[in-house]
Amino acid sequence: MQAFTRLTGVAAPIDLANVDTDRVIPARFLRKPQGSAGYERYLFHDVRFAADDSERPEFVLNQAAYRGATILVAAENFGCGSSREAAVWALMAYGVRCVIAPSLGDIFHQNCLKNGLLPVILAVDVVADLRGQLHARPGATLTADLQTQTVTAPDGAAHRFEIEAFARQMLLTGQDEIALTLGYEPQIRDFETRHAAAMPWLLLR
Amino acid sequence: MALTMFDKIWARHVVATGPGGHTLLYVDRHLLHEGSAAAFARLARSGRRVRRPDLCLATADHYVMTSPGTPAPDGEIATMIESLSTHTSAQGITLFGRGDARRGIVHVIGPEQGLTLPGVLLVCGDSHTATHGALGALAFGIGSSEVEHVLATQTLWQRKPRTMRITVDGRLSPGVAAKDVILAIIATIGAAGGVGHALEYAGAVIGAMSIAERATVCNMSIEAGARSGMVAPDETTFAYLRGRPLAPAGEVWSRALADWTSLPSDPDVVFDREVRLDGDAIAPTVTWGTSPQDALPITARVPDPAAIGEAGRRRSVERALGYMGLTPGMALSDIVVDRVFIGSCTNSRLEDLRAAAAVARGRRAVVPAWVVPGSGLVKQAAEAEGLDRVFREAGFEWREAGCSMCVGMNGETARAGERVASTSNRNFEGRQGQGARTHLMSPAMAAAAAVTGRLTDVRALVG
Ligand code: SF4
Repeated sequence: MQAFTRLTGVAAPIDLANVDTDRVIPARFLRKPQGSAGYERYLFHDVRFAADDSERPEFVLNQAAYRGATILVAAENFGCGSSREAAVWALMAYGVRCVIAPSLGDIFHQNCLKNGLLPVILAVDVVADLRGQLHARPGATLTADLQTQTVTAPDGAAHRFEIEAFARQMLLTGQDEIALTLGYEPQIRDFETRHAAAMPWLLLR
Repeated sequence: MALTMFDKIWARHVVATGPGGHTLLYVDRHLLHEGSAAAFARLARSGRRVRRPDLCLATADHYVMTSPGTPAPDGEIATMIESLSTHTSAQGITLFGRGDARRGIVHVIGPEQGLTLPGVLLVCGDSHTATHGALGALAFGIGSSEVEHVLATQTLWQRKPRTMRITVDGRLSPGVAAKDVILAIIATIGAAGGVGHALEYAGAVIGAMSIAERATVCNMSIEAGARSGMVAPDETTFAYLRGRPLAPAGEVWSRALADWTSLPSDPDVVFDREVRLDGDAIAPTVTWGTSPQDALPITARVPDPAAIGEAGRRRSVERALGYMGLTPGMALSDIVVDRVFIGSCTNSRLEDLRAAAAVARGRRAVVPAWVVPGSGLVKQAAEAEGLDRVFREAGFEWREAGCSMCVGMNGETARAGERVASTSNRNFEGRQGQGARTHLMSPAMAAAAAVTGRLTDVRALVG
């Protein structure tokens, strides 16, 4: 997994609440291998491109100032719906490494953490203010710093965010989570023996 | 100390406590489908093996064609199915593939086989995994990286969510179904209402429900933002499970039963959040917008954005109505549909097909209407009671099991601009096909829409 420490980049505002992962990447692209050629075009495909493949000028990432944004500042419940991790893969393929929102879909939130994309939860009024600044100053940059757990807004204000210690550590080091867990093998084996003895109906074969 | 059912099930799966209070949980059951292939491939690339293939079950559902005889697909769709079959056979995992009568939607076959049991921790790389909570399992959807992690270690790192109990009191009126209950719940708490929470559904209405109905309710927990949702196991649960192929039998069954009766939440326990709904007040419900929270009784009218004070909400309603091609203030029952889809892990069980057939019987579909059973066994059982004949005589198309037009990954999509009355779970933009418009509703309501060609109060047809 790619580590995440600190990022300064152009941020794009996404004002709509409840942006679902079907919108982030439509189902018909889920058969495309992660990272295959053109993967970044699947991101927000049906709201980003018209039927003839031309860009829809009203979509935020098609506007010159926000093009190539590496941070999204979204609204409530961004990434709700389907568990498709391809939503995160498409964001990463485009270059997005941080999503800031008042809340995120629970599974999407986990998927971000497993891929080195920093999910930042801030109060709803703070996030609304950030989006307001990005609208007022298109192309403005934000800084997300995982070491200090702060987001620095275009106006210079620093906002502290909370993140679970475990997730923070994994992101900072970019550690392979499976390798970490395999270090718990003795505990897993002990548990397995006790569990099967206490609840023999759990065995299937 | 008084505990919730969630707390009890969580506690019995804790393997270790790791950094930052994160918990390593043991996974009892792991369901897999074509979408899990990427996780298998990464696992193989890193030279790791599946730790407990015996606790896995795989099925081909998302990409299989549901036209009669499940014809072989080609191109990338075929690759998705083949890849699942290659990986499961290399890892010694049971697969219900094309041609197996037990094949079906992953959330239909788990309970049907007795794989899903009260008190188990069950995961699947699919957001509707909460469905299995209908049997009192702690079941939740995970992403592809987490699937790989479970395959390799049979465990998962999790932070404990908060708990929320949703109590539905009273009794449902005739013509009101489990789907109406869950749509009413989502409209009440909102699509983000359950974020960060484990849900428990309780109350007289839930207690009176069959397992199929509880599955419908639990299924859409994710549409309320929650990863899991469950119902306490009771006599209905035990009667459902007894004799299922993978359920315990004999002396082990008695031991299991004794354990399962200890699972329900303690009477005086405190949930982090409590929500109450009056079941008597729930009417047949449909969605009008592009979020599952956009649900109203069929007797209502399309909302008027001009009447909404909050600017963000007003814009999102305007956008939804634009996409859906609806006029503010029009009666929901004046909405004309182009096609009907009866199926999906929300509403494709035998009871669902019976409810739809009861409306279709002796009537005639005036728009294309598909009936897609949740599994090959549901299909067989329905045919044994002649439901296929009822549907065919009413002009409905009787198809093979699979996800089909719920998501259209297999190519079975609605066309742009087409309006679908659907028993599935998501009315997102483009969910059933690029530009397709979805109205969610119960199987009986969908059948009513098929025979009238518009959104229809099913109580006017039967009752
Ligand atoms: S029926 Fe629909 S929601 Fe259910 S698993 Fe299949 S695609 Fe997902």
